[in-house]
Amino acid sequence: MASLTADSHGAHGAHAGVVHAHEHHPALQHQFDDMEQQRESSTLGMWVFLVTEVMFFGGLFLAYVVYRTSFHDAFVQASNHLDPLLGFINTLVLIGSSLTMALAIWAAQVNKRKLIVWMLIATIVLGAVFLGIKAVEYTDKFTHHLVPGANFDGSDFTEPRHAEIFFSLYFIMTGLHAFHMVIGIGLLAYLTIPSWKGRYDATYHTPLECTGLYWHFVDLVWIFLFPLLYLLGAHLQHH
Amino acid sequence: MDATVSPTVHPEAAVARPNYLNAEYGLKSWLLTRDHKRIAILYLISVTVFFALGALFALLVRLELLTPQGDMVQPDTYNRLFTMHGIIMVFFFLIPAIPAVLGNFLVPIMIGAKDLAFPKINLASWYIYTLGGIFTLWAIVNGGVDTGWTFYTPFSTNYSNTHVVMTAVGVFINGFSSIFTGLNFIVTIHRMRAPGMTWFRLPLFIWSHYATSLVMVLGTPVIAITILLVAAERLLHLGIFDPRLGGDPVLFQHLFWFYSHPAVYIMILPAMGVQSELVAAFARKRIFGYRIVAFASIAIAVLGFLVWGHHMFVTGQSIYAATVFSVLSMLVAIPSAVKVFNLTATLYEGSISWDTPMLYALGFIGLFTIGGLTGTMIATLGIDIHLHDTYFIVAHFHYVMVGGTIMAYLGGLHYWWPKISGRLYPGFLSRLSALLVFVGFNLTFFPQFILGYLGMPRRYWSYPEEFQVFNVLSTAGATVLGVGYILPLCYFTWSMRYGKKSVDNPWGAIGLEWDTPSPPPTENFYTIPVVTRGPYDYSPEEVHARRTEEVRVG
Amino acid sequence: MKQDLPLFPESASNFAPEVDALFWAWTAVSLFFTALIAVLIVYFMVKYRRRAVDEVGQSERAATSLEIAWSVIPLIISLAMFAWGTKVYFDMFRPPSNAVEYYTIGKQWMWKFQHPSGQREINTLHVPVGTPIKLNIQSEDVIHSFYVPAFRVKQDAVPGRQTQIWFEATKPGVYHMFCAEYCGAEHSRMVGSVIAMEPQQYEEWLAGGPAGQSMTASGAQLFQTLACDTCHRPTTGIPARGPALEGVYGKQVRLEGGRTLIADDEYVRESILNPQAKIVAGWAPVMPTFQGQVTEEQLAQLVSYVRSLGGGGSPEAGGTAAPGGSAADSAGGQVDNPAPQTAGPAPQGTNQGPQNRPQDKT
Repeated sequence: MASLTADSHGAHGAHAGVVHAHEHHPALQHQFDDMEQQRESSTLGMWVFLVTEVMFFGGLFLAYVVYRTSFHDAFVQASNHLDPLLGFINTLVLIGSSLTMALAIWAAQVNKRKLIVWMLIATIVLGAVFLGIKAVEYTDKFTHHLVPGANFDGSDFTEPRHAEIFFSLYFIMTGLHAFHMVIGIGLLAYLTIPSWKGRYDATYHTPLECTGLYWHFVDLVWIFLFPLLYLLGAHLQHH
Repeated sequence: MDATVSPTVHPEAAVARPNYLNAEYGLKSWLLTRDHKRIAILYLISVTVFFALGALFALLVRLELLTPQGDMVQPDTYNRLFTMHGIIMVFFFLIPAIPAVLGNFLVPIMIGAKDLAFPKINLASWYIYTLGGIFTLWAIVNGGVDTGWTFYTPFSTNYSNTHVVMTAVGVFINGFSSIFTGLNFIVTIHRMRAPGMTWFRLPLFIWSHYATSLVMVLGTPVIAITILLVAAERLLHLGIFDPRLGGDPVLFQHLFWFYSHPAVYIMILPAMGVQSELVAAFARKRIFGYRIVAFASIAIAVLGFLVWGHHMFVTGQSIYAATVFSVLSMLVAIPSAVKVFNLTATLYEGSISWDTPMLYALGFIGLFTIGGLTGTMIATLGIDIHLHDTYFIVAHFHYVMVGGTIMAYLGGLHYWWPKISGRLYPGFLSRLSALLVFVGFNLTFFPQFILGYLGMPRRYWSYPEEFQVFNVLSTAGATVLGVGYILPLCYFTWSMRYGKKSVDNPWGAIGLEWDTPSPPPTENFYTIPVVTRGPYDYSPEEVHARRTEEVRVG
Repeated sequence: MKQDLPLFPESASNFAPEVDALFWAWTAVSLFFTALIAVLIVYFMVKYRRRAVDEVGQSERAATSLEIAWSVIPLIISLAMFAWGTKVYFDMFRPPSNAVEYYTIGKQWMWKFQHPSGQREINTLHVPVGTPIKLNIQSEDVIHSFYVPAFRVKQDAVPGRQTQIWFEATKPGVYHMFCAEYCGAEHSRMVGSVIAMEPQQYEEWLAGGPAGQSMTASGAQLFQTLACDTCHRPTTGIPARGPALEGVYGKQVRLEGGRTLIADDEYVRESILNPQAKIVAGWAPVMPTFQGQVTEEQLAQLVSYVRSLGGGGSPEAGGTAAPGGSAADSAGGQVDNPAPQTAGPAPQGTNQGPQNRPQDKT
């Protein structure tokens, strides 16, 4: 995504025949007429990319719905082996990070350049906290042999094989979500540099906006994952 | 080319005007370029390499099938051959061919833009494609994969002991190049049209690429996740589709075909776009029912997402679901039929030239008609039960993908070659190639309809003797087809260096891409054009002027 | 029967004429439109060929009536064909209630069959002409597809589910049987023959073949080997850990939580593989799963045994077939308990007694 919103490139010298009618913003890329067109294109591109992400996770959600319907009881039981408290804390952490992300963009809009950097760092820290808590949860699953495969211990479950499918879905869904978080943190870390150098202000902060869209999307995925995996039907039935 | 299309070369044209080819030199200037035209050339080279590889596998498959006993290669070698043929042709040739080569080159020029909206992402898409290709080639070199291009579970996840993961990773990575291309086109077409270029002044090529991009963006992620799940099941034992855990292998098929059926439209929609440009340019008239043809592209893209279940009529899905998928599949045939009729009607009272691109275009209409009609036949439930997974299916989709997509791709390449390279190619040889491809194609694939009706299943290494006659015919046709494909490869390569220099507009065609020199300058136009009319308004005076005059600087 | 240059497949089942009529009707339509387009193209190509270098075509405005005509006519044709095709398809997947059930198992790379009488065959299937035959199809490993071109029938064998297809052979002969779904290295060798015989000859063949145990008898034996009977024993007064199975099949069962369902093939199957899924009201969920311990074949035998224990009440007959085809299965269960009685020309050579309730012997 970095290249989608890269702040400038001047590789192509302007063609001799092209007449430049007015002053150009230093961040304006050669293929665009003006900053407005460039900003609109970048954000539209990001939205289209997010649509692909929706379809990507959509496949997983479909698989989840199919199996949850087929193996309802097994999924409820397996869901009880997740820690909703940790999940809830992580939800709060992510919502907080969305707030700091939004504040970073707001800071750009009101030209508070140093604040952008601090808000980006805060977002990165919150993202890292999320991943840390996720790591704790994963470790717990490893120690309790709840990772699908040869070492899976199904003795706690009345339908161990279906529970294994639940944990397969759990790992692939949360794993891909975490992978998206890692990419997001990478993008934010990259953006701190131009932000530090004061490149972003009210006239130009498209990269921040696009990364923000991405970050909010990743949050949103978690907002769906959390109830589906941790809450739905959990702790209602005791075996 | 012959006299009707090769006017005198103006002396001033010999003075090299700056264009995208001579703007910079050296390997680095190509590998790091962000010019959509150069990226299109990179794609042209890579898809040609993959096409040659896929064709080689096809040739070996056809040779094996000359005799019923299966005496040339071992069965597991044969299985790898048809699998690699399918994977390479579908993912590395057919899907990128028209959008990433012709689309990449022409979409910005046709709408009057200096480049695509995201040139770096465009270049990245080529690198991603190449990386995906390298993974796949690595798998081939190490022994290949034998799951069929469809990767059906549980064979692919639990039984095959070939390089499934490596190939899956290759296909997965390659998917992103499709997504990036589609994303780039959507944004470019929305945001970067020249002044006056309203939606209904867009060439149909653009409409069809817009529809294609929608399918790329909405469909590709689904196969990405599906392929990823297959790889995860093999590597990490996450058993989403594993029947031993209670998982459902048919769920895989649903997810797979949710992309892979629309993927067919990724292949055919741009072909229809090319087709519209060719017919308009070589009949020199407006496309009959322009708006209807434009909307038909969108209708095909949308309906294409609702028909995937027709690949599963015999898996034991509910007969009511099958009924719904059957009727929806019938509906998708309607906009396709409308396109064929409109293209044919465009010929009426046209001024029809018999230049090579037009020969390919007319061949396309015939072959696509057969491909489409047989498609509705197998969408009919009662027939599909018999024909499912037989050579009838093989023949049907080759009529659409080879008879449709490759004919249009070659036609388009012949049409825009003077634009791309600034040079002409031999007229006689190129007409011969069009004829050979048409004849060879029919000889190869028509017998397969009969084989399928007789009941010969797909993916058979050996077969009952009574099927031999048709298999021999098919193999004979394949050799003719092969010659038909080698010819353009030779004369295009030759023409790049030795071909006669072309004028800017050898066809007297109308369209923004012909309002700029051939080959175009780096940012496509000397001045960004202002559009004041529809795409195909031909008049004799204008054709004359366009055919004989060079585009002037400024 | 094998010609040098066949153009038409053998036509040897009740479906073949139906499918062929549909196929040739569609082919005629396709040929008409292909010829129409081809003739128009060639005609226009010649008639309107370019005669002057700068000549242009005559652009006309789109004619709405034409556009409507060539949208609506194909639509009507394809909807008509759709309706016709769907009728044929429904016939194919709704076996008549008197169909005789055979069991088919696909595995890499062979087809295994078991006749209602217990006769087993590999890659060859003998069937009597004139009797509706229903194949219950399962897979032990990957997806296969049972295909007999001469009968125009095809059905995937999907691991983890039971699918079915039915047909009635109409002409004695030897016909190809293929695996149509790619299943690995020896896919093209997963072939065999269906041998359709006159009923009389079929009986003679059955009588001459090696005696096999019926599905039900094998199931009864397994029921003991797997110690199912320690928990599911007939109501004798001794407290059992599981419900007795006599008279259960085909009846309504009340589940824990108040739901009810009909005990059909699919339910019995599920209860063996995944006992906790639907617990009968009043029983503790103590049964272990037998997934992985029983093969598909053994599973079919167990189901057949449980069915033979009676109940016999028919849940809605003539329901949908796929997937699992529970309703249609039960419809069959109603009459084929004991199965072979309903087999059109009743087996005479081997008398019915031992075939019908072989489990009585155990």
